[in-house]
Amino acid sequence: MFTVIGLMFSGILLGYLLRVKRMTQLNKVITCLIWALLFLLGVEVGGNRRIIEGLATLGMEAIVITLASVLGSCVAAWALWVVLYKRKRKEV
Amino acid sequence: MKGSLIIVGFFVLGALVGLFELIPFNIADTDISFYTLCALMFCVGLGIGNDPQTIRNFRSLNPRLVFLPVMTILGTLAGAALASLVLTHRTAPECMAVGAGFGYYSLSSIFITEYKGAELGTIALLSNIIREIFTLLAAPLLVRWFGNLAPISSGGATTMDTTLPIITRCSGQEFAVVSIFHGFIVDFSVPFLVTFFCSI
Repeated sequence: MFTVIGLMFSGILLGYLLRVKRMTQLNKVITCLIWALLFLLGVEVGGNRRIIEGLATLGMEAIVITLASVLGSCVAAWALWVVLYKRKRKEV
Repeated sequence: MKGSLIIVGFFVLGALVGLFELIPFNIADTDISFYTLCALMFCVGLGIGNDPQTIRNFRSLNPRLVFLPVMTILGTLAGAALASLVLTHRTAPECMAVGAGFGYYSLSSIFITEYKGAELGTIALLSNIIREIFTLLAAPLLVRWFGNLAPISSGGATTMDTTLPIITRCSGQEFAVVSIFHGFIVDFSVPFLVTFFCSI
């Protein structure tokens, strides 16, 4: 697991060392790699009967997790908003 | 939006290839996707280190708003943990790993597939795509219900690119820098948090 994160950090370091040279093609490479990986994920999903048959259930689970996550983060953002807003009013 | 559709298109194309068994060997048994993931993360790192703009952008930030990414992360993880109470056959760390994608569906679904299998990986893909689309559609309502910071929190890791235009329109132009900063921090946390919740 840590191979992947270690590679990201060596990338950051190398990118920083080579910062005089702008890497203009990099975003295209990243996009292509993402396409390749999503294609591979698709192949794996399509070849797996259990997932294909359960796609509706998986979709419902995804919706439940998303709504809970978004609601949680919005409540947290609202709390920060209230705190900052009150502080601003005191300053005025 | 167009970029997201192309990505989903590749997923659908792959699913069709898998469904009709057009590739003669089983990709799940090979390490191809792991090596591609390694290459991707290396390139993502290169991009961060190579861009001097990222650091320069943060100088003009309201210091009190640095807590916003923390609020997003804690709120999301708390919500995802609660979702595991409804989804009885999923553990809390599994739900939190899905939530920890923060809308960064390409990366989180790839990670989760690698560590937890294609089933949870598919949930992560769907869940995080829904998060991005939901933010794009519901941003005005979120501002009304939860204040101006809510669409940024809801957007998660996408607030530095895809959802940035809608956020500046609904919350105001003065939130653009916060939004980019927030997206950068949350984006950066995705590989760590997803790996963490997959390993417990």
